[in-house]
Amino acid sequence: MATPAFDRIPVSPNEDPDNKPFFDAAREGKLLIGKCLDTGKTFFPPRHVSPFTLSNNVEFVESKGLGKIYSWSVQRGKEPYCLAYVTLEEGPTVMSNIIQTDLDAVKIGQSVKLVFKATEGAPVPMFTPV
Amino acid sequence: MPPRLTRGGIRSTLHLYPERKHRHERNSMSQAYIVGAFEHPTRKADTKSIAQLHAEVAYGALQDAGLSVDDIDGYLCAGDAPGMGGLSMAEYMNLRKLRYIDSTDTGGSSYVIHVGHAADMIAQGKCDVCLITLAGRPRAEGMQTGTAVRSAGSGVPDEPFELPMGRTIATMHAMVAQRHMYEYGTTSEQLAWVKVAASHHAQHNEHAMLRKVVTVEDVVNSPMIADPLHRLDCCVISDGGGAIIVAREEIARKLKRPLVKVRGYGEAVKHQMAGAVDLSYSASVQSGKTAFSMAGCKPSDIKYASIYDSFTISVVLQLEDLGFCEKGQGGKFVADGNLISGVGKLPFNTDGGGLCNNHPSNRGGMTKVIEAVRQARGEAHPAVQVKNHDLVLANGKGGSLCTRHGCGTVILEAV
Repeated sequence: MATPAFDRIPVSPNEDPDNKPFFDAAREGKLLIGKCLDTGKTFFPPRHVSPFTLSNNVEFVESKGLGKIYSWSVQRGKEPYCLAYVTLEEGPTVMSNIIQTDLDAVKIGQSVKLVFKATEGAPVPMFTPV
Repeated sequence: MPPRLTRGGIRSTLHLYPERKHRHERNSMSQAYIVGAFEHPTRKADTKSIAQLHAEVAYGALQDAGLSVDDIDGYLCAGDAPGMGGLSMAEYMNLRKLRYIDSTDTGGSSYVIHVGHAADMIAQGKCDVCLITLAGRPRAEGMQTGTAVRSAGSGVPDEPFELPMGRTIATMHAMVAQRHMYEYGTTSEQLAWVKVAASHHAQHNEHAMLRKVVTVEDVVNSPMIADPLHRLDCCVISDGGGAIIVAREEIARKLKRPLVKVRGYGEAVKHQMAGAVDLSYSASVQSGKTAFSMAGCKPSDIKYASIYDSFTISVVLQLEDLGFCEKGQGGKFVADGNLISGVGKLPFNTDGGGLCNNHPSNRGGMTKVIEAVRQARGEAHPAVQVKNHDLVLANGKGGSLCTRHGCGTVILEAV
């Protein structure tokens, strides 16, 4: 028996000067992650401060939007949806939703790709099985 | 030559001092004792304010200790206390002799961490008698604690990335359980044993919200809340609160209650580490290590353990992280009644815990310390009291195991 994901409208993200590049890019369909130029390491969520050195020597780089499900859970009820952690090919793991799929078929290790989901504000990055 | 006080550049120079030890690793034992403990009997406080509940538990703990409000010179509370830090509650309770105030808030583990902070201040001679209070009424207020998306307020940097995803307390802990099952083969039936053990204990607690003894089948057949967690894998939502009084040894010895020494404690924080998410362990790895090192004992010396049980998976993770079993073996460890007093090797949450008894203000750390004190004193319900109670432990986890949380570990000794 399949459980279709409820097509919920996410609450809009609270935009601020720090996350502005991320949500500006989201409006253009691009998923940005952080890159620390002191260490060369990527991170998420992106911010203007490196989580490895606390310097501002960082840049926002585009992710290919491909990854694998690290873990997941379905919030049951009348409007079921799937919360998940997705590990991007670039390294960081991001909290997201798995959408447009049968929720009973979601699995750890499953390959997923980026799909932006509209809100009343900026769109937010979600994923669907490849 | 005086020690160099400045640190050069961005890179840490601390590695140049490998002999450096934490104070507790070279210091002797603390001189703090838990002299008073009180758990509010209510589970639904329709007719009381939160401030009132704080004052009632404070009074209860003072009565238990045989002390008066004017003996209090240290006050510790967390985010459940109304007002700025502890200021409004200090005024409401008319605490006039405060020399130490602490509103460290790590969610439900705050009060476990507070015991350590109080012990530190007492050891340093900064104060003599510390009061710690917790109270709240989420049940009276109709709060959907685990299944609603809740915001911590504006300006929280992680929330724009998390709130649109609809994260709930239940789904976040469920992701930890899901991953544990994937990595270690843990089963729903094994998780259910945590609830079964708690229910065996709760049947003897007249104040417990859920006193019915349940089976593994009851748990796995209860409605799915957030895969793989069922309704009976989740703790209760209750009103009430509790208070603890920590005092220096000279005072403890003058009082008439059994002596319970704060022998070791530790605290730690874990989060998503900028995208390096690892759901296989909690901050209890570090808080436990610090506490056991300070106490000079090991997990196998512990006769009773209060373990934070927001969900069944929380208990499994903490037991592994504290070293009661190997990483990944928590499911096997809790199975077959191993946590049931008089049956298993490690009696836990003999009051029924958050799963069956009480989870006041959605913060279970206070009641964890209180039941550990009852056990150390030999004052738990006779049906669940452990025979040898020389060393007991209380462990708290606050926040979300999945994202950000703080853990506190306290080891108590019956002197």
